[in-house]
Amino acid sequence: MSYLRLLWGWIRQEIFAVPGRVIAAVFFILLFITPLITSEPYYLRIIIMACIFSIFAISWDVLSGVAGQLSLGHGLFFGVAAYAAALLNLHLHMPPWATIPLGSVIAVCFGLIVGIPALRLRGMYLGLVTLTFPIILTGLLFVFPDFTGGEMGISGIARLSKSNISSYYIVLVVFCVSAFIMYKFVDPASKFLRTGVILHALREDEIAARGAGINTTQYKLIAFAVSGFFAGVAGGLYAHYIKLAGPSTLELFFSFNAILWAMFGSIATIYGPVVGVFILYPLMEILSLFSWGEQTRFLIFALVLIFTLLFMPEGISTWILDKLEVKCPRCKLVNVFTRKKCRACRALLSGGK
Amino acid sequence: MFADILFNGLVAGGTYAILAIGFALIFSVARIINMAHTAFYMIAAFLIYISLTILHYNLWPCMIATVVLTGIIGVICFKLFFDRVKQHSHAVMIISIAIALLLQEIFLIIFGGTYRSIPSFVEGYMEISGTRVSNQQLFAVLSTAVILVALWLWLSKTKIGNAIRSVAQDPEAANLMGINVSNIYLIVMAVSAGMAGIAGVLMAPVHMISPLMWGHPIIIVLASIVLGGMGSIGGSVVGALILGYVETLVVFLIPGGSFMGGAVSLAIMVLVLLIRPEGLFGIFFEEERL
Repeated sequence: MSYLRLLWGWIRQEIFAVPGRVIAAVFFILLFITPLITSEPYYLRIIIMACIFSIFAISWDVLSGVAGQLSLGHGLFFGVAAYAAALLNLHLHMPPWATIPLGSVIAVCFGLIVGIPALRLRGMYLGLVTLTFPIILTGLLFVFPDFTGGEMGISGIARLSKSNISSYYIVLVVFCVSAFIMYKFVDPASKFLRTGVILHALREDEIAARGAGINTTQYKLIAFAVSGFFAGVAGGLYAHYIKLAGPSTLELFFSFNAILWAMFGSIATIYGPVVGVFILYPLMEILSLFSWGEQTRFLIFALVLIFTLLFMPEGISTWILDKLEVKCPRCKLVNVFTRKKCRACRALLSGGK
Repeated sequence: MFADILFNGLVAGGTYAILAIGFALIFSVARIINMAHTAFYMIAAFLIYISLTILHYNLWPCMIATVVLTGIIGVICFKLFFDRVKQHSHAVMIISIAIALLLQEIFLIIFGGTYRSIPSFVEGYMEISGTRVSNQQLFAVLSTAVILVALWLWLSKTKIGNAIRSVAQDPEAANLMGINVSNIYLIVMAVSAGMAGIAGVLMAPVHMISPLMWGHPIIIVLASIVLGGMGSIGGSVVGALILGYVETLVVFLIPGGSFMGGAVSLAIMVLVLLIRPEGLFGIFFEEERL
């Protein structure tokens, strides 16, 4: 009983007091109880795809947002893992729970291959190199159509799970676990892992990070590997969910989806890409219900990306959180905007106005 | 066979050279990687298609008007988009790809994805050492040479060319010497987009016109810029010629090579970046590499 009261007290202090955490908690609880409210396959499908794409967008954010290694061809990892999972499943008859991790490991290998140029290049040049790999791979896919299915891709893969609901929960749990791992991986305030603070340092000033005795090469490769792994998880889930691995995952547009979602949500925050995906992906799906929407999909996509870059470069979730939360000037604790005094140290929040 | 490769490589390389020189110009002066560069080429091809086959205007005024219009579109894009995010090189690159997608989609919605073609400007063909060469291709090669020489003279002999080169070297110092840097950016953007327009006009009768025609050239242009050395305008021309020949060789000699043309160029680009990042003639800026 006393433990329950302790837990309740902890929840009140740590979650109810901070609007961002309340929103996150409500969001996840809603995700978990959605199948109880509706079992309409269409809605479940949208949420499943949004979860998969969230993993993908977060993995882009880890590499390009947090570590600052601009990747313009992130679909490479996604597509490689999707193809690897499909081929393993089709030719070696492995079940999905084995193909997805194996596919992700292959994506990690590709991440390291792409990461090697990253050791010598940065900024736009790295963007150019990462842009090229999916295009080279697409060329190879079309040259060997017997093995890779060419333009049609590989179909006839096993389903993720027999029923729709269990697929939903598998994807949801994988999404929560991956998001949590990546959040902790790049959390600069973490007490156990140094990676978070080092990756942030890598983005801000690489030379200073080197000067502080950090082996930047190693951490860049780690960032590439982790990002590639989770993009691969998303790719494997995607291939098994839609039962198809096609060259569309290697297209430039597909990689740019991740960039748009992360930029729209808020770059380098991990929760930002999730917000971006869960706002933009359902909107795009609703648009494609109309015939004019299907035609203007890419147009709207490009316009949203341009407007985000020009007018909202910090992203929508940062913008909303700035309105809802106030940081205490003395103890740096986050408070609700309605409070006048800090909930811990009683300092005036308005800065003595 | 040999003469075929020689001439087709020259035609392909010439187009890529005009595209690459425009791309290199705006990159070396304003440090903008403009992925929408070949989208301007696509726009020019469509403009000349519209004016010749739909509106039935005269050829020569149309060509000039197309080039000028493309330049103006380039300046508008620069003013609206690039100018605002110029400080962040990542944002510039992402926004330029978004612009390319935007232009592609606008033309896809208006014209659909079908391939179109226009009649040659110059009829007939001639035989050169056993190879059939259409006069249109010959015309394209000759005009390319004239334009490249003219651009070189403009950059090296005139006052404004001097100003452009000095801004490319050091914008702050150029500003202190009384050069209006933002005006130079506008001029260079107009010339760069205009060069893309010239390439579009010259190649419209040779290639098929479609809203997706910008995807392949931008790959080759990027690769040739890197091969020639980023920031080197002469290097970009050499790189484009080399890659034009490489592409022709791959298409002629390897079965299934038409899928591989872009991939081989990109592999060359990655290799150059790994082995010799400054390219053939490059100036690799010290602060941009480790």
